[in-house]
Amino acid sequence: MKRIGPGLLAIVLLTVPLWVGNPYYVHVLIMAGIFAILALSLNLLLGYTGLLSLGHTAFFGIGAYTSALLALRLDWPPWVGFLAAVLVAGLAGYGIGKVSLRLRGAYFVLVTISFAGVIYLVSVNWMELTNGPLGLPDVPPFSLGLPGLFELSIRTKPAAYYLVLAVAGAAYFLCHRLVRSRIGRGFIALRENEALAESVGINGTRYLVLAAVVSAAMAGAAGSLYAHYTRFVSPEVFLFTYTVTMVIMVVAGGKGTLVGPVLGAFLFTALPEALRAVTSWQWQMLLYGVFLILTVFFLPKGVIPTIETWLRERRASP
Amino acid sequence: MSLAVEELAVRFGGVAALVDVSFEVEPERITSLIGPNGAGKTTAFNVITGFLRPARGRVLYEGKALTGLRPFQVAERGIVRTFQKTNLFHRVSVLDNVMIGLHLRGRMGFLSILLGDRRVREEETALRGVAEEILAFVGLAHRRDEVASALPYGEQRLLELAVGLAARPRLLLLDEPVSGMNPAEKTTVMGLIRRIREQGVTILLVEHDMRLVMGISDQVIVLHHGRVIAQGPPGEIQSHPEVIRAYLGGR
Ligand SMILES: Nc1ncnc2c1ncn2[C@@H]1O[C@H](COP(=O)(O)OP(=O)(O)OP(=O)(O)O)[C@@H](O)[C@H]1O
Ligand SMILES: [Mg+2]
Repeated sequence: MKRIGPGLLAIVLLTVPLWVGNPYYVHVLIMAGIFAILALSLNLLLGYTGLLSLGHTAFFGIGAYTSALLALRLDWPPWVGFLAAVLVAGLAGYGIGKVSLRLRGAYFVLVTISFAGVIYLVSVNWMELTNGPLGLPDVPPFSLGLPGLFELSIRTKPAAYYLVLAVAGAAYFLCHRLVRSRIGRGFIALRENEALAESVGINGTRYLVLAAVVSAAMAGAAGSLYAHYTRFVSPEVFLFTYTVTMVIMVVAGGKGTLVGPVLGAFLFTALPEALRAVTSWQWQMLLYGVFLILTVFFLPKGVIPTIETWLRERRASP
Repeated sequence: MSLAVEELAVRFGGVAALVDVSFEVEPERITSLIGPNGAGKTTAFNVITGFLRPARGRVLYEGKALTGLRPFQVAERGIVRTFQKTNLFHRVSVLDNVMIGLHLRGRMGFLSILLGDRRVREEETALRGVAEEILAFVGLAHRRDEVASALPYGEQRLLELAVGLAARPRLLLLDEPVSGMNPAEKTTVMGLIRRIREQGVTILLVEHDMRLVMGISDQVIVLHHGRVIAQGPPGEIQSHPEVIRAYLGGR
């Protein structure tokens, strides 16, 4: 079971475009993949270090704008823009970490919210650079290779699906390596008991800043994918609701697990789409809310931790 | 000299927690720091380990100043403390508590970890082995997969000791490690402390149980109202008039 589960899942994920004919479903899966990267990124902070970033969409948006602007204004190949998006978002995470993490806790929450607010205002008001509220249309699609020599343009939905799957898979495995290492144990130690963590030699500030950088860089990667997939970036990428969605995905799926946020991303991307298909706008919001409350009520720790506890108890009492 | 504390002063608002405290701790010995409640013992620990900045005075370890260092830097120099109140990574397994404690023994950096360097896995295996040895040493091997908060109180205190040992101290500061334990558990812990000392670790112990203190210590330092009122071998301390007066309750 333990062996075939992941193998089966890999086969399903790799063959999706072959048997899902409807491009709209593929689109939903692509968005779910982008949100899975965001949820994994937020989870690194919220789930492992215990820090709540309520401005996470800032890093997503920075990634999206960086990649889009480099492609539109400087004609850089999107994959270079992608790397730049990771870098710039990571730097932003470093800055935010440096200014706020000496004080921690609520202060970090406030700094991340304000940062997202400021970045939003910049994106709206710096017309020359960002085109303001009108946004940046005609972002080129993602492409691999070098222009002029060899270029593989990712225009179709199945191609975009595989790209997002690859990046989400990489994000998942990087998180996996990180949280199971001595550095990840450092994150968990700081979440659980900072004084004790420091007294066994864990440099709290350094590790929290590191977590912020990695998390922001991942969100930047998601932003870049988003920009080249939707081919349009506007200040809407900084909307607070995106952050709220990410938090819901992480918490409902199970923070501090790796599968949880990914599952949460799929559930909470697919759910609104499914509701949209069956009912009117007002009912969608209502049902979404009810579903959320039920999840919080019956699975307060999130889906994955609840299943884990259940399995452990079943094994303990055969 | 292992540790030297010189003319420490700490105030909390109107309360003088430490007033001109100086003492020395000899290497590879068990030194006990005793005194009535509120004498300033925990405050002294907090200053030594970088959790508190003293208003005055300094702390030297093997001749180098510790004052101004942050707690993790103090730990890097081989000085590890445990806390008076139970202090663990509560929602983490017993084994992982010790694995976290082993942090400074790991060498692998961020990039090696992300790239999945083979040495990362080797190091993990080695660290796991060490963690299991430490758990066996304190007698918690059978609990390795349980969540720390699920352990009975006495075992939680043993786990705290294991976490401290994992950080490979050369000077170990123990703040009431047996408080709240039953007599059998206390005897076990005292035995462990002796064995830790035999491995070349210097120990500074805070403990209220006089019988235990006198039985285990090479040297005893008595604090009262933030001042050192006596220091010497246990025999001398037991008959020291000022110590008797302090403990009999005179202000
Ligand atoms: N954070 C603090 N804020 C204010 N006062 C404090 C603080 N910590 C300690 N004190 C005061 O400083 C004095 C010394 O306290 P400390 O905890 O060092 O005593 P102790 O010797 O460890 O006592 P006990 O045996 O009860 O643990 C006490 O009067 C205490 O009330
Ligand atoms: Mg105390």
